[in-house]
Amino acid sequence: MTGTTIDKAGPSRAAPKYGSMKRDRLWALRWSYFFLTLFAIFFLIPPIYMFITSLKTSAEISAAKNPWWVFNPTLSNYIELLGSPIYLNFFKNSAIVSVSVVVITMLIAIPAAFALSRMRFWGSATLATGVFLTYLIPETLLFLPLFKMFAVFNELTGIQLLNRWWVLLVVYPTLTVPFCTWIMIGYFASIPKELDEAAIIDGASWMQTLIRIFVPVALPGIIAATIFAFTVSWAQFLYPIAFTTSIDQLVLPVGIITTLIKGDVFNWGQIMTGALLGAAPPLIIYAFLMDYYIAGLTAGATKG
Amino acid sequence: MVDATVNAAAQLRRVKQAPRSRLRRFFEKKSTIAFFMTLPLILLIFTLVIYPAFYAIYLTTLNKRMTGTAWMRNCSYLPDWICTYIPFGNLQFLLTRETFWMVFWQSCLFAISAVILKALIGFIVSHFVHNVPSKGQRKWRGMLLVPWVIPAAMSTLAWQWLFDPSYSAFNWILAQFDIERISWTGVAPWARFSVILVNIWIGAPFFMIMYLAALKSVPDQLYEAAEIDGANWWQRIWYVTLPMMRNIIAITALFSTIVTFANFDIVRILTAGGPLDKTHLFATWAFRLGIEGGDIPLGATVSLFMVPILAVAAAFILRDITRRGNEA
Repeated sequence: MTGTTIDKAGPSRAAPKYGSMKRDRLWALRWSYFFLTLFAIFFLIPPIYMFITSLKTSAEISAAKNPWWVFNPTLSNYIELLGSPIYLNFFKNSAIVSVSVVVITMLIAIPAAFALSRMRFWGSATLATGVFLTYLIPETLLFLPLFKMFAVFNELTGIQLLNRWWVLLVVYPTLTVPFCTWIMIGYFASIPKELDEAAIIDGASWMQTLIRIFVPVALPGIIAATIFAFTVSWAQFLYPIAFTTSIDQLVLPVGIITTLIKGDVFNWGQIMTGALLGAAPPLIIYAFLMDYYIAGLTAGATKG
Repeated sequence: MVDATVNAAAQLRRVKQAPRSRLRRFFEKKSTIAFFMTLPLILLIFTLVIYPAFYAIYLTTLNKRMTGTAWMRNCSYLPDWICTYIPFGNLQFLLTRETFWMVFWQSCLFAISAVILKALIGFIVSHFVHNVPSKGQRKWRGMLLVPWVIPAAMSTLAWQWLFDPSYSAFNWILAQFDIERISWTGVAPWARFSVILVNIWIGAPFFMIMYLAALKSVPDQLYEAAEIDGANWWQRIWYVTLPMMRNIIAITALFSTIVTFANFDIVRILTAGGPLDKTHLFATWAFRLGIEGGDIPLGATVSLFMVPILAVAAAFILRDITRRGNEA
């Protein structure tokens, strides 16, 4: 079936004995839709099932009825969670951390990308490559040395970072800044040289060139980078689970897993509600800014 | 690509003009400004990425309490001067443990099978999306990317619930067909399968998006020319699509190899490494030993085993990206 459908891309094959080209194409299209539907089902089952479960009471979940259907829909899980100060606190922590990380990231990445793409200086090319390599270093490699570093830092200075939510403000930029710098270098490089040369000749300083010309012109890139930074910080799981433990310091993903799962008792209705609400902010951003989201996603490999 | 040559030409011109123009006088100041603009980035990378990376190497030489060096022990097969002076005690400990080798093979199995299947599914789905009229493409693309958008920790929870042995979803469907229920996360082969499946579910949409972007960049004329020469669909894929997409295919796969090999969220939430450590990856095992077990040096040693594979993948990515730059 792949065959038939691929045919569509470059239609007429050396005219087959049966049927017309048009009919061939029609069938290819039908097969495409058929398989796309199958894949869409596969890709959408978990979120849909989250939603179904979130509408059920514990009694209905443990009854041996069809789990794919809601017999007595109820919003009690949502009401309970949104009325629980603990859960709202997770939400608040996540929101504060993600928004602050976005701001920090942009403050570091935009000037750096501007300097690296426009103001060539000794070692700038090496540094640009280095930034890209940093982006490839996974957080799973660094969490143990960072953990120990923060402990030592506490001994030396008396400033406690471990088990405080603001430790995430320190470590999240290592995940977001390299990639954002990298894609901003790509966006800035695509701006015509004449533009900033004209500005400089007219007497603008480098800072003015950046703020007045580059930021407005590269705004689509900045939006894409912002979305990337926000979703990465919102979804990050390893650093918060390694560095924070007290309930009031947790962010959403870790909070749901550590507080809603009590021992072996899984209150699945609430867990699914919490997970769905936790997935909502990225999903909403994605729904409204899909093109920017995808631009940011593909920029890493297609630019540069 | 044209841009690059134009830029290069502009630069050359500028270099030639340099002695006369005021850019020359400006140079000192410009490089200083540039340095200060990149300073936060440099500080961040050095203190929170490069320093910890080297600190990890130092940590591997320490003993569990981090009060002294972890010397090698009981190594009668080595000369004394190596045994008592080389601080590879943690390394020696790991290499002689069966669990370590199990984790090693599990990580490789997980990464290789997941990346190959993600690439395959991504390739196939991207062709289907490319086939439908462009009006509908947006809608399908939007739907199919959802797994990538949901935070991995949240969607893995949904999978955990779908895999629940007694109450739920998949086993209920199996029961309708009188098939015995499967302990999805309870026995080793199925647990490994589940973990890989979830990884594919999350990662395949990323491949789909990348390949779709690549497919759109293949000029139609190439397919037309291939058709006139009598190429069938398979030849068109093999001789036109694949060579044109080769770079993106490689970069995406290598990038995904790094992310998959270093994966933490899925295994941690779905199985926590169980049953009997049969699904642990390097990252989750390092977490178990280092954070939960309190033996940071040993955990750091485990996580450092990811470095060779990551370094090879990173080197290839860098090569491909610079090559792209040159092509362009």
